[in-house]
Amino acid sequence: MSAFHPPLASFGGAIEFILTPQSSNVTGGEEVGGFSQAMELALKQLEVTALALALALIVALPLGLYLGHRGKGEALLVGLANAGRAVPELALIALVAALIGVGLVTVTPALAILGIPPILTNAFVGVRQVDRATVDAARGMGMSELEIIRKVELPLAVPTVMGGIRGAAIAIVATATIAPLAGVETLGDFIINASIYGEDGRLAGAILVALIALALEGLLALLQRRLTSDGLKLKTV
Amino acid sequence: MSNQLLLAAAGDVGGDFFRQRSSDTLPCQSRPDEVFCFDWARDNIDRFGTPTVQHLEMVVLSLVLGLAIAFALALLAHRVRWLQTPLLAATGVLYTIPSIAFFFLLLPITGLGRDTAIVVLAAYTLQIIYRNTMVGLANVPESAREAARGMGFTDRQILWRVELPLAIPEIVAGLRIAALSTVAIATLAVFIGAGGLGTQIYGSGNLTFPTSILIAAAIVMSMALALDAVLLTVQRLTTPWRRARAG
Repeated sequence: MSAFHPPLASFGGAIEFILTPQSSNVTGGEEVGGFSQAMELALKQLEVTALALALALIVALPLGLYLGHRGKGEALLVGLANAGRAVPELALIALVAALIGVGLVTVTPALAILGIPPILTNAFVGVRQVDRATVDAARGMGMSELEIIRKVELPLAVPTVMGGIRGAAIAIVATATIAPLAGVETLGDFIINASIYGEDGRLAGAILVALIALALEGLLALLQRRLTSDGLKLKTV
Repeated sequence: MSNQLLLAAAGDVGGDFFRQRSSDTLPCQSRPDEVFCFDWARDNIDRFGTPTVQHLEMVVLSLVLGLAIAFALALLAHRVRWLQTPLLAATGVLYTIPSIAFFFLLLPITGLGRDTAIVVLAAYTLQIIYRNTMVGLANVPESAREAARGMGFTDRQILWRVELPLAIPEIVAGLRIAALSTVAIATLAVFIGAGGLGTQIYGSGNLTFPTSILIAAAIVMSMALALDAVLLTVQRLTTPWRRARAG
């Protein structure tokens, strides 16, 4: 550890690490970092995040909408949401690696576990909040239960449902950062293996991870605006 | 002799653990595939004491700091209305940055150790506490405000004696959510050298030793539930009128 770093100088070093490969004293002359490796790790992080989020959506969204529609299982969902928040991500990834194995196939479901509670509970709450009179009107118009969920409840619940998806995405992309512990080389590799990449690499990893998370959140916020019907926007403003 | 070399490589974090694991007397050495080694757990449960205390200290300090800042921000936004949205966005950014990245973004400024961890964990709690406090204040019935005004309360008195007490359930609800996630995320503080239960997961050798990981995870989740129960009790004690209505 160097004794003293002026903060700005370290950030300069980190940006240099992202742009051009640096020599490392542990890889035997092979250069590390640079734009191409940063892009490769960033894409891997996005890939595992997208896969895990998709898996969580497939499991949790239909179930949450259905339970919300029927109004059942609230106590169970509250418990699940609380337990989900208390799951230590580091232990989850470490256990998956130690007990089941490493690689994309094991890490994806592990990350999906973190995304399921927020999607499930928000879908439930979103549908429950829909005015019962609206649902009765839809039923009176002769809509089937499935049509009511798809054409009435889901559109009205979009802001809440998307809130859950955003929460899930934040949790998954954050935990994807420690996925290198289970053999999936994401940007966290720069952070965790500081002995290879050095302090510049570690800070570079932190900057890139923060940017990716903020970009993902921004993208989903944009998507939420697009998906929310104009009528709902009027009401919330 | 080779033990000594490996120990040196392991560094000081998990050296003590490594010594145990590599000794010939390791209880489950004959059954390395075992998921949970009860013999080891029985003999080594005491090693979780200090990390548990460190973990709890870190969480409590972060929550106190987070509550203080978020509460101040909420009071500010309550007075200066146009600040509400920008403050929500700013706390949202802090919430979105993954903690592990945040640790190392702060490293050049605050260095390794517990202070950095506490700042990051507190920053993570801001949005939820701030938002819930705002919701709580917004949900105060206008009739309650008007009654207070009619009794001759000043704006400040209305805030502290009417609005904030009525907002306690929402504020504590936010604090409970923040507490649950902070207990879990504090395990990552091991990366910034702040100790805590993360050391029993990521300390050298531990990463491939499920027994230690499982015990640490169980302590983390129990701590989260216990803290949640404490906060729920606080909520009940500070809002006696709710019980009166229910009873």
